[in-house]
Amino acid sequence: MTGQRRWLRSASLANLLFLYAPIAVLVVFSFNASRLSARWQGFTLQWYQMLASDEALFAAVQNSLLVAVVSTMIATILGVSAAVGLERSHFPGQRLVDGALLLPLVIPEVMMGVALLLFFVMIQVPLSLVTVTIGHAAFNVPVVMVIVRARLRKLDPALEEAARDLGATAWQAFRRVTLPLLSPAIIGGVLMAFTVSLDDFIVTFFTAGPGSTTLPLKVYSMIKSGVSPEINALSAILVLVSMALIALSLVMQRVNGK
Amino acid sequence: MPALVWMGVFLFLPLLLVLVISFAARGTYGGVEWTFSLANYLNMADPLYLRIYARSLALAAATTVVCLLLGFPLAYYIARAPARWQAVWLMLIIIPFWTNFLVRTYAWMFILRSEGLFHTVLSSVGLVTSPIEILYSDTAVLIGLVYGYLPFMVLPLYAAIERLDRSVVEAAWDLYASGWSVFWRVVLPLTKPGVIAGCLLVFIPSVGAFITPDLLGGARSMMVGNLIQHEYLVVRDWPFGSAISFALMALVLVGIAVYFKVETKVAV
Repeated sequence: MTGQRRWLRSASLANLLFLYAPIAVLVVFSFNASRLSARWQGFTLQWYQMLASDEALFAAVQNSLLVAVVSTMIATILGVSAAVGLERSHFPGQRLVDGALLLPLVIPEVMMGVALLLFFVMIQVPLSLVTVTIGHAAFNVPVVMVIVRARLRKLDPALEEAARDLGATAWQAFRRVTLPLLSPAIIGGVLMAFTVSLDDFIVTFFTAGPGSTTLPLKVYSMIKSGVSPEINALSAILVLVSMALIALSLVMQRVNGK
Repeated sequence: MPALVWMGVFLFLPLLLVLVISFAARGTYGGVEWTFSLANYLNMADPLYLRIYARSLALAAATTVVCLLLGFPLAYYIARAPARWQAVWLMLIIIPFWTNFLVRTYAWMFILRSEGLFHTVLSSVGLVTSPIEILYSDTAVLIGLVYGYLPFMVLPLYAAIERLDRSVVEAAWDLYASGWSVFWRVVLPLTKPGVIAGCLLVFIPSVGAFITPDLLGGARSMMVGNLIQHEYLVVRDWPFGSAISFALMALVLVGIAVYFKVETKVAV
C-alpha cells in the first residue's frame, strides 16, 4: 500500500511540474539578456522597458478593459435575471430554454466566432469594439447564470416568503432579502466573466475590426511574428495579473463566506 | 426575460444564419449567392478535407487518452489526501487554467522551437547535435492540447473518486484482489461517470481547437477549427465554412447527448 501511495505521489508531483514548468520558464527567460538564444546570458530588464514604451500595447490594454467592463455589466444583469427567472418560475418549454442558454458553454468557440461575424456582416454593422463587446456579453451570460443559479438553488425559499408575509412587495423582497444572499455568487460570476472576457481570443478575433485590437489580439500578432523576449516579459506580467485576480477572488470568497 | 432576447438576437439568430448559409453558394467575389443546394455538404467529403477531420478526431482522441492517463493517478492521489491538502492541490490544478491560453501555448513554442529551451538543454548535455524539429508538428499540437485541457480531466475525476466508498476498495484488497484487478474491477467501474465527463470535457474543446494547432501545428497540422477560419477569412467561401462549422457543432452536440444518456443510466 505504501509503495502504491508513493507511486501516486510521484505521479502527481510530475503532473504539477508539467503544469508549472512551462510558465516558470517563460518568466525566468523574460529576464534573459540574449535576444535570440535560449541560453542564459545574464540578467536584464530591457524587455520590460521595451514593453513600457509600446504605445499600441497600452491602447490594446485599454480596449480589453473597456470591453471586459461593459460586457461583464451586461452579462451580469442578464445572467442574474435569467437565473432568477428560470429558478423561480415554471413555464412550458422551460427545459428547452435551460438547455439553449447553456449552448455557448459547449459549442466550439470558432463556431460562435464565425456565426457572429456572419451576422454582423449580414446586417451591415461595421466590426468594432461594440461588436466585440456584444459577442463577449453573449458568451458570458451563461457563465454568470450558472454560478448564480447554483447558489439560488441552495437558498431557502421560505426567506423570501417570510418577507412577503411581513408585507414586502415582490421587488422589495428580492432587493432586500434574495439579492444580498446572492451577492457572493454574483461577485464570483462577475470575476469569472471579467476574466473570461479579458482572456478571450477566438470570438474577439472574428468580431474585431480595424482599430479594435484587444490585448489577446495584440499578443497573438506578436507571437505570429516570432518568438521574442518581449513576449516573455508580457507573458510574465499577464501571469502575475491572473495570479492577483485569483488571490482577490479567494479573499472575496472568504470575506463573503463569513 | 431579457437574457433570452439578447441570446436570441446575438447567438441563436447568428447560428441559424450559419445553418441557412451552409445551403447557399459562394458568390463570385466572396459574398453569398442565395440558392439551395447540398453541394457544400457533399464537398466536405473531398479527401483533402477528410484528412483534416481525421487528424482532428485522432488528435482529440489522443489528447483525451493522455489526459486520462496523466489525470487519473493525480485525481486519485488528491481525492485520498487529507481534506486540507485536497483544497490546496485543487487550487494548484486550477491556477494555470486562469492564465491566458495564448501565453500557455506560447510557452511551448518557446520550449519546443528548433533553437528553443528543450534543444538547448539536450544539446548542452550532449544528447543531440543537430536541431530537433518538434514545433510545427502533430506532436507539438498534442503536447499543447494536453497541457491546455488537463485540468478539465482532473476535476470531474476527482469529484467521482472522492465519492468512492473507501471500504469497497479495502474489501477488494482483503479478498486478495491484485492491484490491477482492484483498479479494473472496482475503482474504474465505480468512477465511470467521472471518467466519461472528463473525457468529454477534454475531447470537445480539443476537436474544435483553433489556437493550439494554429500556433504549434503550422501548415501541415491543420485541424477543423483552422479549416473553418481558413474558409471564412482566407478563401472567403462562407457557405462552405458554414457547412463545416455545422458538422462540427453536430458532432459536439451528439457527444453531449451521449453523455447525458450515459449519466442518467448510471444514476438509475
